Amino acid sequence: MKELILFTIKDIIKNKVIIAYTLFLLVTTLVLFSLEDNSGKAILGILNTILIVTPIITLIFTTIQYYNSYEFIELILSQPISRISVIISEYVAINIALIMAVAAGMGIPLLIFSPEKEALWLLMISVFLTLSCSAIALLISVYIRDKAKGIGTSLLIWFYFNFIYDGIILLILFTFSEYPLEKPTLALIALNPIDLARVTVMLQLDISALMGYTGALYKDFFGSMTGIFFSMGCFALWIIIPLWITIVHFGKKDL
Amino acid sequence: MKKTKATIILFLLFYYGFANIINIHPESISNNIQKYIDKASYGDTIVIHPGIYTSVSLVLQKSLHLIGINKPILDGDFKNELLRINADNVTIEGFIFRNSGKSGMNEIAGIRCIDANKIIIINNEIINCHFGIHISNSSTLTIQNNIIKGTPFEEQNTGNGIHLWKCNYANIFTNNISGHRDGIYFEFVTNSTIQDNISTFNIRYGLHFMFSHSNLYLCNEFIQNGAGVAVMYSKNVRMEENTFIKNWGASSYGILLKDISDSWIYNNKFLYNTIGIHFEGTSRIEVVRNEFQNNGWAIKVLASCMDNRFEHNNFISNSFDVATNGSLSLNTFSHNYWDKYEGYDLNHDGLGDVPFYPVNLYSMIVEQNPNTIILLRSTLIGFLDKAEKAIPSLTPENLKDSSPFLKLNSL
Repeated sequence: MKELILFTIKDIIKNKVIIAYTLFLLVTTLVLFSLEDNSGKAILGILNTILIVTPIITLIFTTIQYYNSYEFIELILSQPISRISVIISEYVAINIALIMAVAAGMGIPLLIFSPEKEALWLLMISVFLTLSCSAIALLISVYIRDKAKGIGTSLLIWFYFNFIYDGIILLILFTFSEYPLEKPTLALIALNPIDLARVTVMLQLDISALMGYTGALYKDFFGSMTGIFFSMGCFALWIIIPLWITIVHFGKKDL
Repeated sequence: MKKTKATIILFLLFYYGFANIINIHPESISNNIQKYIDKASYGDTIVIHPGIYTSVSLVLQKSLHLIGINKPILDGDFKNELLRINADNVTIEGFIFRNSGKSGMNEIAGIRCIDANKIIIINNEIINCHFGIHISNSSTLTIQNNIIKGTPFEEQNTGNGIHLWKCNYANIFTNNISGHRDGIYFEFVTNSTIQDNISTFNIRYGLHFMFSHSNLYLCNEFIQNGAGVAVMYSKNVRMEENTFIKNWGASSYGILLKDISDSWIYNNKFLYNTIGIHFEGTSRIEVVRNEFQNNGWAIKVLASCMDNRFEHNNFISNSFDVATNGSLSLNTFSHNYWDKYEGYDLNHDGLGDVPFYPVNLYSMIVEQNPNTIILLRSTLIGFLDKAEKAIPSLTPENLKDSSPFLKLNSL
């Protein structure tokens, strides 16, 4: 398994997408820090970048990587290696590469320019987003055999989480505006990893004061130990559930 | 004629000639300032020499001048009121008042004046008192160069720094107030000037006034107070060159204006407040040449406001520039600088050729449904705002700046 992971990482680094991703993150972070005089605003800008860029890169990259190494996986499976260890090493290798890119491209400037609690939260959610989006992408590519369809579905998932889902929340909030919606909103937020990441970080920032009494309520919740466990738990579920389905399906799949 | 003049001069000479100067030293007879006050006659000056005077609880019922040399300390031992003035023509200068009692029932203060006119309170420090200076039903007051510092508890059992009730012609200059409930509190105070004061870290408002007409607020600083500044039910208020900084929190305001009319807000600075100015039920207010920078909301104008004018202000990097809760707007905006303006100026007159709509869609959505604030900064919201900017449909049509400045207004 170890050799498999190392081999896959080498393969990933060869195709240079990861390096481009690292450079992109590095440039964005540095530019934001040099343009904004106040590091809080830069952090908000970085948050926006993370929420849009990290999921899409992770989703597309993981799908393409899986389809590209499909023949290699077939070959490996002819050896006496269990299917579970093959798919897990694929997942682990992709994530090591992506998380290293995030750590180098964003983590280092963040820790240099604003070594504070907010920066750690940002790093943490970008790692979580990477882990869960790659699990989702792997799930998609294991289920869909056709490469174009698979990539299309990944794009659609990104579009759904970033736009359609928030539209649905907006619709629900307006339709049921007569009812107390604080708790249902919390549940709705937890059902979208990108929203969950956004809210978790925002409540750590100064800007949460803008959120008025509703924000204060959420802040009480997310600031407490239960709240932190809740968001961590949701993130963990967003990683474990897709990964688990992937493993089970991959184990049974007729390749 | 000459005779009367001479008589007056002679009379004055006698009058002041008879005014004595009484010296009190801490080592001579301690704690007996009250005895000296009782013995003193009209217009006398009592000079108190440096030292600590404990268990102080003074009552002044005649015109006297209390002067402290090198800041003698009058300590109330956390029991009672330190000084009560119930006379005209009183000067209190150069003391440290500290440790008054605390009470939820009585308004215990460092210096308390009741029915007293022509009072001068100057160069004192009032530390750790329930109320700092509490004045009621008085006129012609000078409160200058005092440092008033409290230890805040909860809102309901902390007193105000400078508390004026039913007063007239008060001049409150260069005081420094912190750690009280409201820094400066006015109720029914008229024709007064509040200038060069600094009010910070008070747990409720830096400045709070109600039913106080025709007052002038100049060059004051209100920094990091729990809820900023709140002013209500007044008219003819003039606020100029004040600074409102870092009043940041879920219900914090640079200024909250409620039922204020015919007033002027000129040349003020609003930096890092959750809401710069909140207008509710206000009319005929001129907001001119102010700077709004890095606020959550620069201004919130509720639909109950009318005929307010916003001119030559600078709006720079606020999360929301203007928010409102109705589709009708009866206020006018013109010649402001908006950093979010994306128009052009073909004839080079310095004014944008297309109007600027400062209210964005999301602030309208939030105003209608506060729960939607959970979507703050989501990608969808960004796109909706952009779409609304291109084709306005939901934001109030007449809330616009038809002649926005392209360059910063010089303030």
